[in-house]
Amino acid sequence: MHAAVIVFPGSNCDRDMKVAFENAGARVSMVWHKDTEMPAGVDVIGVPGGFSFGDYLRCGAIAANSPICQSVKAHADKGGYVLGICNGFQVLTETGLLPGVLLRNSGLKYVCKALDLKVETSNSAYTSGYNAGTTITIPIAHHDGNYYADDDTLARLNDEDRVAFRYVENPNGSQQDIAGILSDNRRVLGMMPHPERMAEEIHGNTEGATLFSSLVGSLENA
Amino acid sequence: MKARVHVMLKNGVLDPQGEAVRHALGSLGFDGVEGVRQGKIIELDLTETDPGKAKETVTAMCEKLLANTVIESYSVEIA
Repeated sequence: MHAAVIVFPGSNCDRDMKVAFENAGARVSMVWHKDTEMPAGVDVIGVPGGFSFGDYLRCGAIAANSPICQSVKAHADKGGYVLGICNGFQVLTETGLLPGVLLRNSGLKYVCKALDLKVETSNSAYTSGYNAGTTITIPIAHHDGNYYADDDTLARLNDEDRVAFRYVENPNGSQQDIAGILSDNRRVLGMMPHPERMAEEIHGNTEGATLFSSLVGSLENA
Repeated sequence: MKARVHVMLKNGVLDPQGEAVRHALGSLGFDGVEGVRQGKIIELDLTETDPGKAKETVTAMCEKLLANTVIESYSVEIA
């Protein structure tokens, strides 16, 4: 299984994401934002957390229009897997690969703490290692994680079982406590919490590692 | 030719920054402020000399990058 992790100026979770993929058994290529093509044979693209381009204009907006993001879109359009975490989720909404947008936290503060998340669906390569309804503890660290979408979009996400994770206690004003969502083909996941930061014993628990091992396991058996 | 783009959150989209400004105005003793909405102004210097074409180009820029039309509306002034 071959994963690519995109690196933008201002990415700061790219190496953590690489380690999490590697610990799950994937081979990882780091891909610079000015590159225009993915390495051959990439199965999944990781869009990491951080502050790409200083969060100028809107979080993720400049990154979403960088050369490499054309390849990310092309990969997703072909049915490829894309995982966006934190700033990566913001980038994926700005590219249009996921619906909605991440607004400034309703409390206006940057929130950095471990939180309980409810796994809403086990029906995806990312969440197949969890039981739906399970609560896991994963950290968040963001200023703009307040998920917003219009009512029709929210209804569609719920009807199609595309909400992957919800906050048990809403930290940022997200509509319907949404912490992570899937694309309509269930192969693109965007989430604000950081599973790569809860993936080794030294982190406190390994509940985040399950996401990476589920994904790598699903793709290797595919 | 100069263009000026106004970007505002659409009605109905919560504006936490505008709300914070409203609260701060209240605590400074400015009564009677029922709502505050905060937006952006983006000024562009263009080489284009035809106002119609400039407006068309800047509108395309808004759709592609300057505004996120899921939550924001925009208007373009050419001067």
